[in-house]
Order: sequence, then C-alpha cells, then structure tokens
Amino acid sequence: MATKTYCWAIIDAMREEMERDESVLLIGEDVAAAGGSFGATRGLLDRFGPMRVRDTPISEEIIVGLGVGAAMTGRRPIVEIMFIDFLGLCLDQIANQAAKTHYIYNGLFKMPLVIRTSSAAEMGIGPHHSQSWEALVGHIPGLKVVMPSTPRDAKGLLKAAIRDDNPVVFIEHIALHRVKEEIEDEEFLIPLGKADVKRVGRHVTVVATGLMVARALAAAETLAREGIEIEVVDPRTISPLDIDTIVESVRKTNRALVVTSSLKQFGLGSEVAAEIQERAFFDLDQPVKRLSPPFTPAPFGRQFDEYLNPSADSIVSAVRELVA
Amino acid sequence: MTQDPLDTYRRMVLIRECEAQLNEAFAKNLFPGYIHSYLGQEACAVGVCDGLADSDVIVSNHRGRGHYLAKGMALRPMMAEMFGKATGVCGGRGGEMHAADPAIGILGGNGIVGGGLPIAAGAALSAQMDGKGAVAVAFFGEGASNNGSFGETMNVAAAWKLPLILVCENNLYAEMTPFEQTVAQPDVALRAQGYGMPGEVVDGNDVIAVRNAAARAIARARSGEGPTLLELKTYRWGGHFEGDPRKYRTRAEEAEWKARCPVARFRDVLLDRHGLDEVNVRKVEEETAAEVAEAITFALESPLPVPETALSKVYAA
Ligand SMILES: Cc1ncc(C[n+]2csc(CCOP(=O)(O)OP(=O)(O)O)c2C)c(N)n1
Repeated sequence: MATKTYCWAIIDAMREEMERDESVLLIGEDVAAAGGSFGATRGLLDRFGPMRVRDTPISEEIIVGLGVGAAMTGRRPIVEIMFIDFLGLCLDQIANQAAKTHYIYNGLFKMPLVIRTSSAAEMGIGPHHSQSWEALVGHIPGLKVVMPSTPRDAKGLLKAAIRDDNPVVFIEHIALHRVKEEIEDEEFLIPLGKADVKRVGRHVTVVATGLMVARALAAAETLAREGIEIEVVDPRTISPLDIDTIVESVRKTNRALVVTSSLKQFGLGSEVAAEIQERAFFDLDQPVKRLSPPFTPAPFGRQFDEYLNPSADSIVSAVRELVA
Repeated sequence: MTQDPLDTYRRMVLIRECEAQLNEAFAKNLFPGYIHSYLGQEACAVGVCDGLADSDVIVSNHRGRGHYLAKGMALRPMMAEMFGKATGVCGGRGGEMHAADPAIGILGGNGIVGGGLPIAAGAALSAQMDGKGAVAVAFFGEGASNNGSFGETMNVAAAWKLPLILVCENNLYAEMTPFEQTVAQPDVALRAQGYGMPGEVVDGNDVIAVRNAAARAIARARSGEGPTLLELKTYRWGGHFEGDPRKYRTRAEEAEWKARCPVARFRDVLLDRHGLDEVNVRKVEEETAAEVAEAITFALESPLPVPETALSKVYAA
C-alpha cells in the first residue's frame, strides 16, 4: 500500500499502461515538457520519449482528431483537453467522429481513444473554466463517460479506459487532484459502467458524482448523528450508467436524492430520477429529489459557487425533507 | 500502386460509369437519398491513388466514391452501401457518404465538411510512429479549406513533419457558393507557404499531371520530409447533389469544363502516346460499364438491413 494523490494515481495509471502497451501514446497541450497544466503527466516524457508523449499547439480539434485517426490505425491514444469547457472546439471530432465511427462502419473500426479532460467547477476560474458537462457528453451514443471521485477509482478506471476499445471521455476534477488515498501496489482495474456504494445506509439513497461524493459522505456523518443512515452511491461512470445498482439501493431505502455538479435542466439528476420512477415507482415513499446548480452560467467568485452548488449542508437538508 | 496506363484508365472509366449510372438510377427514382456526384473529377482520385500502396491510407469526404474506387474498394459492396442495403460495406447503415475498407487503407468518408482532415493527420501520426514509410492522404474540397480543421491540420502536419498529403479538389463551388466569393485569394495551394510546407497548383483534369505531383508529395512524405498541399483545379460536372438546378453557374461554363473531360483526355493519350489499340480501350470501357450495371442490379436486389440492427454496435464489445 502507498498513499497516493488523485493526480499521482492518474500519472501512475498512464505510466503503467504505457509500459504495458507500446501502442499507448499521450498528446495534448503542455503534457510533455511541462508535465501537464495541472501536473498530471509528470515524468512521462522522460520515461517514454517525444515520439509517444507530445505537446501540441492550442488546436483542440486536431488534438482529438489525431487521436481518432491514430486509434483507427492501431494505436491507443490518450489525448488531453485541458478543460471540459473547451469541448466546444472539438465536439465534431468527439461526437461525430470518435463516437460514431465504430457504428457507422458497422464495426470495421475500433476506437480505443481516451479523452482526458478536467472540470474546475467551484475553483474560481470564471464562466469559461467552471462547467460540468458530463451530462452533455453523456447524451452522445458511442461515448463512455467516466468521472472518478477518489484516487483509487481514478487509477483503476483510467487503466480500464485505456484498455477499452471505445472512446472514453475521462473527466477529472481539479479540486480532487490533491486528495489522498491508500492504494494497493498490485495492479488493479475498475470496470467501466459499475457504480460503487461508497457508504452503506438504509434510509435514503444519495446518488452523487465527482466533487459531490465527498460532500455526500460528509453529510452522511452529520445525518448519522441524527440517526439517519444514507447510502451513498457513486456511479463513477456516467455512461453507461449503472442504473441497476442505483435501483437496487432505492428498493431498500425507498427514497432517493441525486446530487450533481451538472445543471439540473436536462441533467444527470433528471435521467437518474426518470430511470428510478420507471423501474421502482412503487418502491418510492417520496418523489425523487434533485440537488444541482440552477440553470445559469457559473460566474466568478466563491460567494456564487457557494450559492449555486450543492453543499454538505444542503444535502443534509434535502435528506431531512425526504425522511420527514 | 500501378504503372500500367490501361489500369489507370480502367479505374477512371469505372468511376465515370459508376457516377453516370447512379445518376440514371436517381432519375428513375431508384436511389434512396442524395447523390454527391464525382463526375468530372476522376483524374484527381485516380492520379493520387496510383501512387499509393494498400498500406497507405486515405480519408475521404462526402464526395467519396471516386476515392474509394480509385483506392480499390470492391465495387458491389460499395454500391450496395450507397443504396443503404444490408450487403453494403457498412451493412447499409452508412449510406451515400460513408464507406471504408481498412484492409486496403480506406478509412471512410464523412458527412462533416472538414471532418476528415484531422483524422488523416492522426493516421499519418500512426504511420510516422510505425516508421515503415507509409503515408496518409486527406481528400477534401476547397470548401473544407475554409474550415478551422484545415488550418489546425496544416499546422500540426508541418510542425510534426507528418507523412500526410493534403489533396484539395478545387471544383470551384461549395454547394451553391462560388469559391471566389468566399476568399480574397483563390489559390488554396498558396496557403501552404504560410504553414511551412510545399503547395502546388495542379491541373486536376490531367491524370498524368496529378500522378506526377502526387508522386513528388508521396516521395517527400515517405522519406520523412513532411506534408504537401496539392490543389487540384477541377470541376464538378453535376450540381452539389443530383437534382440541384445549378442556378449559380452558366451552362456555357459547364460546357467549357466538359470539353476538358479528364477521361477523354487520358483516352487520347493512351491511343496517341501509348499506342494502344482502340479495340482494347473500348473493351475496357464495355467491360467496366457492364460491371457497374451488374453492381447496381446487385444493390437494387439486395435486402434492406433489418431495423432492429440499428441497436447493434453502438459500442465495440
Ligand atoms: C461542417 C459542415 N458544414 C456544412 C455542410 C453542408 N455541406 C455539405 S457539402 C458542402 C460543400 C462542401 O464543399 P467542398 O468542400 O468544396 O466539397 P465539394 O462538395 O465541392 O466536393 C456543404 C456546405 C456539412 N456537411 N458540414
């Protein structure tokens, strides 16, 4: 066992996969010489050389396109788009090319491409660096969307994403980069599409993603002192969504709250709530609740972040309402 | 790769027949969608692909049949795909703008103008990493040269010395808009200099000129010197799609370009310069026409894909 930060877990995952498989390469802005805009590619250029670890110009469309073309010709590229807010510049390559090529050509091509990107919601970088677009990419068939909330999950899921034959949008949250966790030294993978029950409980199922998982766990501590045991389910993969694990939990607790950084309208919470009511309506004692930022851009400033986003406190209040 | 002029001619005729007979099918209401005709541009695809091996790859666009056939795609499954039939190369789900054959380096078409350029660069990156001298070709129109993906691809290809040949078929119109109305400087090839790569304007209706220019670009790419931009000046005989009333250009202009027919021009070369016998040439033409007719019959008689198959292969297993 060793204590690892989320950031080093990501580096370790890439290093191990690049050692294991020559066809894995890494390209993006500042990923080589600088070791990553957020330090998440440190040491990889030295270890693997400039043929496999490449700095690119600030050209998001070709960053992804290079990955698409390389994946179609036998490589397993990891491409980095610095912030998820920049997906608008490369959405054609992601949504029309990467996501659809296997389908359009009826399986003639595989698309083993990982698009690593970051969310910096609530980090004070303003409206163009603070969005949570997991629901947006989750709407595109052919893509897998992964959103780890812990260092161990980040490592195991990234390794699995690199070995997956489908395009995976891998969303890291920069605020999680410094979170530490004990991780085993032995190799492990975490399968995509499997939710994780982060805390077992019996009164309310709280589905939380990314940054919200820790807040749900903090809320659980407060609620436990009041005798309310919440079950915290982290889907980990947004698409495909492990709805079975969520529904199984709701069948036990009969109440559900979904907490996300992505906006409420057309959001992940809406999807989870709809699935729950379709599959487990008669198990519900209360309507499914959603806690998500309202339908606005994300303005600059901590006071706005706190006002707009779910917190441990607002999770506690929402749960209390559900069990009242 | 071919050195045999009759083989070059055969593929030009194959494309010509394919496009002409598809138009006939369309006129008879037998075609289930739009046709982006390649009529008039045959020398472009054939001249470039003459210099390519199976291990070299091409990325096509929405006007792709010429590229597919020039690179050697089997005719029947390609044709069936155009008609959206289960026997098509994509099982009928791709349709008129999509076909691929990775075994011979055909990485597909595209419904997004400019969408293929970055992909071709990615394939060139693979080729560079493999180090075996293979090259990638991106076919695109002059319309796509005004898409951001063009600039990004040009720059990265030049900066990384990717073995990429950027083939711009300048057929003068992007849909209904004349190219000169959308740019201040009408030679796409001139942009190459700004990105740090050679650019060449070529007569796209002269298959020999295209071959020669492509051979230079391919040799440069194979030897690790990097990309080349070729601008092939040509003309789209038909409208943007079949049925387009072509109000944006004159019939006189069309007649002028038809007089520069790339197929007839190379035919003359075969007879005059290569001393081929008229009878042999006509035999190739007749055989090819029959082959295309047979492929269209095959496509028409093939079954449609079962609707439930729409749910399959969203993900690779
Ligand atoms: C991104 C995008 N914009 C617009 C279109 C609609 N469209 C299809 S073909 C075309 C013209 C393309 O012109 P060019 O690249 O010169 O190719 P050509 O059709 O002349 O062969 C347009 C605008 C599209 N398919 N994709």
